[in-house]
Amino acid sequence: MIRVVVSDAPIDIAAEMTLAEGAGDTQGGAVATFTGLVRGDDGVTELTLEHYPGATERALEALAAEASARWPLAGVTIVHRVGPMHPGDRIVFVAACSAHRAAALDACAFLIDRLKTDAPFWKRERLGAETRWVDARSTDDAAAARWRG
Amino acid sequence: MRMVYFAWVREQVGVPEEDVAPPATVVTIADLVDWLAGRSEAHATAFARRDRLRAARDQNFVPLDTPIDGAAEIAIFPPVTGG
Repeated sequence: MIRVVVSDAPIDIAAEMTLAEGAGDTQGGAVATFTGLVRGDDGVTELTLEHYPGATERALEALAAEASARWPLAGVTIVHRVGPMHPGDRIVFVAACSAHRAAALDACAFLIDRLKTDAPFWKRERLGAETRWVDARSTDDAAAARWRG
Repeated sequence: MRMVYFAWVREQVGVPEEDVAPPATVVTIADLVDWLAGRSEAHATAFARRDRLRAARDQNFVPLDTPIDGAAEIAIFPPVTGG
């Protein structure tokens, strides 16, 4: 089961966990998850996520399909919030369900590393009256690259 | 052909999307960026730093030297910063 959601609504962890845990019926012995939260770095008061509707969902579904081809997964969940958020808010939730922990943990790390470089999202920070676009990080490229080849 | 822009590219161009009809000499997305830069001062500013631009052809990420090849929609945007 692949579940991809891009929405401006807050991420409901309890509901997503219930779905992720149910993906394997009784054969999914392990669920690994990652939750990303908005950081209040440098006095950031608001973070706005822009995305490319249509292309975003396609990129996330391709990523989920790639993970499912690499590991024996019963379920993959990718939920990404867009629009305005505040420090402490959940921005992304990723879950991988498999029979055993190694596949679940590896697939979860793969999904969040590659999501950072392969999906069309852009962050804009507000610091008081000022706004600035966040620059891409070379460390994100390096993290994504370790899953290639 | 539909152009769509995101993040600071969208802000600098001044519109989120526009319909364009480039001449036949415009073959690749890089050619298209050069041609678009000549449309206005705002376009020239947005497309000044080629190394800071990324592209998608019909919603799939591609390098800038990719041929346009009859695409219906080309997107130009900065490197992505999700997650």
